[in-house]
Amino acid sequence: MTTRIDQRFADLKRQGRAGLVTFITAGDPDLATSSTILSRLAAAGADLIELGMPFSDPMAEGPPVQLSSQRALKAGMTLKKTLAMVRAFRAGDQATPIILMGYYNPVYSFGVERFLDAAKEAGVDGLIIVDCPPEHDDEVCLPAQAKGINFIRLATPTTDARRLPAVIAHTSGFVYYVSIAGVTGAKSAELASVETALARFRTATDLPICVGFGIRTPEQAAAFARVGDGVVVGSALVSAIRDSLDDNGQAGPLTVDAVLDLVSALAKGVRSARLLAAE
Amino acid sequence: MSVQVLNSFRTGPDERGQFGIFGGRYVAETLMPLVLDLEQAYNAARADPAFLGELTHLNAHYAGRPSPLYFAARMTAHLGGAKIYFKRDELNHTGSHKINNCLGQILLAQRMGKTRIIAETGAGQHGVAVATVCARFGLPCVVYMGATDVERQKPNVFRMKLLGAEVRPVTAGSGTLKDAMNEALRDWVTNVADTYYIIGTAAGPHPYPAMVRDFQSVIGNETREQMMAAEGRLPDVLIACLGGGSNAIGLFHPFLDDKSVTIYGVEAGGHGLDVENGHAASLTGGRPGVLHGNRTYLLQDDDGQILEGHSISAGLDYPGIGPEHAWLKESGRVNYVAVTDTEALDAFQLCTRIEGIIPALEPAHALAFVKKLAPTLSKDTLLVMNLCGRGDKDIFAVAEKLGMGM
Repeated sequence: MTTRIDQRFADLKRQGRAGLVTFITAGDPDLATSSTILSRLAAAGADLIELGMPFSDPMAEGPPVQLSSQRALKAGMTLKKTLAMVRAFRAGDQATPIILMGYYNPVYSFGVERFLDAAKEAGVDGLIIVDCPPEHDDEVCLPAQAKGINFIRLATPTTDARRLPAVIAHTSGFVYYVSIAGVTGAKSAELASVETALARFRTATDLPICVGFGIRTPEQAAAFARVGDGVVVGSALVSAIRDSLDDNGQAGPLTVDAVLDLVSALAKGVRSARLLAAE
Repeated sequence: MSVQVLNSFRTGPDERGQFGIFGGRYVAETLMPLVLDLEQAYNAARADPAFLGELTHLNAHYAGRPSPLYFAARMTAHLGGAKIYFKRDELNHTGSHKINNCLGQILLAQRMGKTRIIAETGAGQHGVAVATVCARFGLPCVVYMGATDVERQKPNVFRMKLLGAEVRPVTAGSGTLKDAMNEALRDWVTNVADTYYIIGTAAGPHPYPAMVRDFQSVIGNETREQMMAAEGRLPDVLIACLGGGSNAIGLFHPFLDDKSVTIYGVEAGGHGLDVENGHAASLTGGRPGVLHGNRTYLLQDDDGQILEGHSISAGLDYPGIGPEHAWLKESGRVNYVAVTDTEALDAFQLCTRIEGIIPALEPAHALAFVKKLAPTLSKDTLLVMNLCGRGDKDIFAVAEKLGMGM
């Protein structure tokens, strides 16, 4: 079964370039602003969209994404509203893949089956559940794939030869390479080490590989777009939201544009870097 | 819940690190190879007589084990029912049961060649125990502690600093124990090569719940022998308080297959179970979920967001519970109950006045339940309560609650 994610990477391959994957947290800083940003990301240059499901205890996130989750929850965001946000987005955009990213407990609390059905119906294409590793694939990963939702696995610098087969086994859509050992929005990876890791992964999988964690600027995005099939930027975008808020933490007149302007610049960076990889 | 028909309650966890549906390894991929390595290293260590011998030696000569099993004659007379014994784990070096686990884990860290130790702490008892073993073994140590807890547990913060630990206050989230644990996990994910994470309770990803239980089972194993020596038979009732549940599982586990032993775990009922987000009773007032690497009972809202919980005792103020307790609850083997802040405070004062022992606020919860239960039992009933920590750290908080100046 070909999903929107498969289709998008096939298109990107034809265009000979990497994709820009943008992350924002659903409901940050409020539902209306966040929905507006979401509806305009693709036009600004996002090829795939990762939408964070806010969680009170995001263990793998650095301060920017933690705060963005807290802002969304404070403004009343719930998983149900996140799904509604996707449904509204999908009504106006049939092509751009949406990947929901988050932690297991809100999904478990919602009920996995019920969640997967609702996600499929809303137009979700892929899932990243950070704290549900291959050892627990029977819980979300396999049921999601059975319903035609891709399950995207994170590979990391600790994914050695011994571990790689488990990570690759039930991954679909793409592999997300976490380029540093650390939390989101921290240090940046060295291009050379990422290249080495990707070369190793490519011997084990034909799936596209996106690179994320620590990529903040158009220049960095361009650099990583030369080696990856996609570049993920998240902390920089939610930091742009934070920096645009007024003294009461409410969205200001510049909030939407602050994110979209950065996405445009990142997209230019990514598009400037032609894939060197041979067909 | 119906009681399962099992040959043994002591065989868990299974090969997936689960006790029934509870437990498991719900961590980010970066940490997966680390927890798998840890499991392998722990399995090797616990089968190695040299490792076990060194731990036994340290327990005896450094921590001061065995801790006494003390017949609380005045408490028994006062409550007028069961014969009450205290397992005196507050007499251990560092003043609580936490040292039992820390000695085991620091030996394991050393064996694995790790050169840097991190930990989370709530009340600071675990942090002090970690800082202590790090001083003893000459390893650098970072302790994450919620900023709120740093404020209310100043004596323990100072102890940790004296012992050479770096205490990092955590302001993320609500600034309490769960946030400290998040931050410790973030540190671990960032420093994968050299760092060993000493989790303080029988929770977290497998193998922590089983490993911490094993190191704490010295409490129950000693109690068994000591009660046989004192009374010539096993105890009838065991009672312990639960935050994450490490002292309780340590006392309970060796007795789980002795059907004659009735077991109670006492949670922190805070302002009362009917007060939303006003208690820390995960088992009696929460529902199953996934947090900090394991599936267990959690305090959470309708959307699956984790609640902070509340207890007068910073050591019980955790929104989760060790997964083996979740399983023991559902299997019906252990009874879980809750007592309020006020009941714990009353028990704290009672113990101080009539036994001359200042208990920590955590075991004061266990004692509050003893106060209710003991009078209903016959005089030949043998009851053991785990007095798992001493109350010196709590005197400031108690003084404030009682409106007494210091």
